[in-house]
Amino acid sequence: MKRRNFLRSSLGAGLAAGTFMSFGRLEKVLAGTPVPAGANYDLIAVMGGEPAAMFDMGIQAMGGMGTFVSKGQKVLVKPNIGWDVVPEKGANTNPALIKRIIEHCFRAGAKEVYVFDNTCDNWIKCYKNSGIEQAVKDAGAKIVPGNTESYYQEVTIPNAKKLTSTKVHELVLSSDVFINVPILKNHSSARMTGALKNMMGVVWDRGYWHRNNLNQCIADYALFPQKPALNVMDAYNVMMRNGPRGVSVADLSNMKSLMLSTDWVAIDAAGAKMLGKEPGSIEHIALAAGMGIGKMDLSTMNIHRMKM
Amino acid sequence: MKSSALKHIRTVFAVLVLLLFAFLFIDFRGTLGEKAFGPILYLQFVPSLLKFLIAGVAAATGFIVVIILTLLTGRTYCSFLCPLGILQDAVSRVGGLIKRRFRKYGYKKPYTFLRYFILVLTAGILLLGGVYALTILDPYSIFGRFMTYFAKPVALFINNLLASLLGKFDIYTLYKVSIKPFELAAYIVPFAFLLLIGLLAIRYGRLYCNTVCPVGTLLGLLSKVSLFRIRFEESNCTRCGRCALSCKSSCIDFLNKHVDISRCVNCFNCIDACKENGMSYGLVRLKKKDKQEGTGTDTSRRTFIAGSMVLLAGGSQLLRAQNTAPTPTKDSTVKEDRLYPVTPPGSIGIESFIARCTACSLCVSACPTNVIQPSVNEYGFAGIMQPRMDFHSGFCNYDCNRCTDVCPTGAIMPLMIEAKKLTQIGKAVFIKDNCVVNTEKTACGACSEHCPTKACHMVPFEGNLLIPEIKDEICIGCGACEHACPTKPYKAIFVDGNAIHEAALKPETEKLEAVPSDFPF
Repeated sequence: MKRRNFLRSSLGAGLAAGTFMSFGRLEKVLAGTPVPAGANYDLIAVMGGEPAAMFDMGIQAMGGMGTFVSKGQKVLVKPNIGWDVVPEKGANTNPALIKRIIEHCFRAGAKEVYVFDNTCDNWIKCYKNSGIEQAVKDAGAKIVPGNTESYYQEVTIPNAKKLTSTKVHELVLSSDVFINVPILKNHSSARMTGALKNMMGVVWDRGYWHRNNLNQCIADYALFPQKPALNVMDAYNVMMRNGPRGVSVADLSNMKSLMLSTDWVAIDAAGAKMLGKEPGSIEHIALAAGMGIGKMDLSTMNIHRMKM
Repeated sequence: MKSSALKHIRTVFAVLVLLLFAFLFIDFRGTLGEKAFGPILYLQFVPSLLKFLIAGVAAATGFIVVIILTLLTGRTYCSFLCPLGILQDAVSRVGGLIKRRFRKYGYKKPYTFLRYFILVLTAGILLLGGVYALTILDPYSIFGRFMTYFAKPVALFINNLLASLLGKFDIYTLYKVSIKPFELAAYIVPFAFLLLIGLLAIRYGRLYCNTVCPVGTLLGLLSKVSLFRIRFEESNCTRCGRCALSCKSSCIDFLNKHVDISRCVNCFNCIDACKENGMSYGLVRLKKKDKQEGTGTDTSRRTFIAGSMVLLAGGSQLLRAQNTAPTPTKDSTVKEDRLYPVTPPGSIGIESFIARCTACSLCVSACPTNVIQPSVNEYGFAGIMQPRMDFHSGFCNYDCNRCTDVCPTGAIMPLMIEAKKLTQIGKAVFIKDNCVVNTEKTACGACSEHCPTKACHMVPFEGNLLIPEIKDEICIGCGACEHACPTKPYKAIFVDGNAIHEAALKPETEKLEAVPSDFPF
């Protein structure tokens, strides 16, 4: 806190300028995000292809990207770029998948597509070595920093038990459509990381979550209104142990799979199964399902399975 | 040679050197490749000398080049290559803008006693005690601290304003970088020198270089026998005194037509100032000894130097006794019971690190994660500002060895990335009583999440909970666990330094079961 105070007093002018400039965002927050219609399946699962080709197939089954993105909209694509490792290590979302998703967004008429993550390792190295920065630029989208607190704005989360307020990245508030693209991994803190856990990369203070019942906070965040319209889970190379960073490629299982769903509890339940775990044994999935955020019982879901 | 072009060549060269060195320290985007640092820093006198003498790097011959350059041309180093000297020239220009008379110098007598006393003190402490005096007085390191402590935050502030502005127009080519101040005590020495050197430079030109700087004094001694030097063209001189007024070193006694060559920094301003071609720079002319340069003064100076050396021997021994590797300070009331501070990878160990580091803070500035921070008293009082790994500020990126590429003194030796990943600079220590899993009975594991080797891994605890456990042999002490640990004010896991760095084992890998060929749902 001492440092922060020091900053506040010495950079007063800068902060004042920053506050002034952030007024523009508020109207958009109030306008809210329209809920897309047309997704008939609870879950779409594709297996056996390369990430981009599997996405082509999966999104077609969902009625195309036009179901989620309309002409002139601003889209936020949120991968997991948490670690300074190369794509082969399977710790970050596959860059080819991100590139293809962005291309679909533009084809659906998106005005602008943004990509960011609040990384764990040094963010510049993460963006670069994950291959995602290049993929985003190649696709014509914008890669945006999330490395300083000034990019984040305080929001309240209605009905939350522990995470009643948090600071989220301004892009979550200013985008019209939010597409969540986690990579499925074993995780030493939360047992697994998928769609719900991926939201720890849109907030500033993750430590708060860890201090205040991690699993409850993960479930609580899902109550925040600006939620993903679509979740795409990368399960091409799945880290079965030593997650979320991984120690070597020996930790990976080449499952060549991809899942899509508008229900992030459902997609996480499927992910848990792929990691060899019961969805109910993953505490944050059970909590989220209990809070009515989504479905976790795979047996009652309308699942569309496809193989390439 | 008589040419006012010399001054202009000097000015252009010096500006380029100053910009290069400022960029070296301010380059917060890490644009300079690791190969650039060695050649740029090669000629810096003190770093090269230390790297050669103490770290034993035979290739660090830059200081020999500087000595030869000085014997040939005089103190060219001070005006062309020393970033702190050039910075003072820039400041004295600013002084001239404030008041024109600030840039009118005139002849002044040297502070001979003080100059040689500081030189002898520095050399004595270096030979007998350690690097401590150079940490304070090495001009390159002083410049480095000015840039890292004061100029870089200003650059970041401007960058952040611009980034913020461009961000409003959806342009993200510039990005904000958080400005993180060091611990307050680390600013004491740099701030004192900023005042001292700044004020002296504004009014008195190079007075600091000719009074305090040990490199200036040493090169001044050598330049007394240099081949090329500034001299009066007696037949042209009208004793107008313009040369003396323009001399930042106040070393031209125009009435006696004498230049105190030990203080002349080859700025060539006097040549430019003289309208009568009365000053020139050229090969020394042998002539009979002047009255002013009698042998008497020389003898007394020699006696003084010899005497001081003897006196210093005792003093430095005392200093040395107090300031070797820091002694463990166990205190049961302190939760994070760190026995040793953690030194950067490549530094071999605490003792060798603090014996070589002059706290130029280039590694502090170059580190992409801000884990390298100036110390306050972790290495003892004399080690103030020498960097340490501060895991509250950041953690050492697994795939990074930038600090090992930039160090000019050999305090941090080059370390290939694969070797760095197996260099154990410390070991993680778990404090169960602080851990959220134990105190709150809720899941956490932030430490294990960040661990690149899984030395910190999770084992079953009460109920469905998992709690961290550490495998010492594969821990490299990167501090990711400590940085990520969310508990306050004390961490539940911290890295205790290895007094001498050790080799870590490679994490084991086993094969996984066969890849499934169908959906499990």
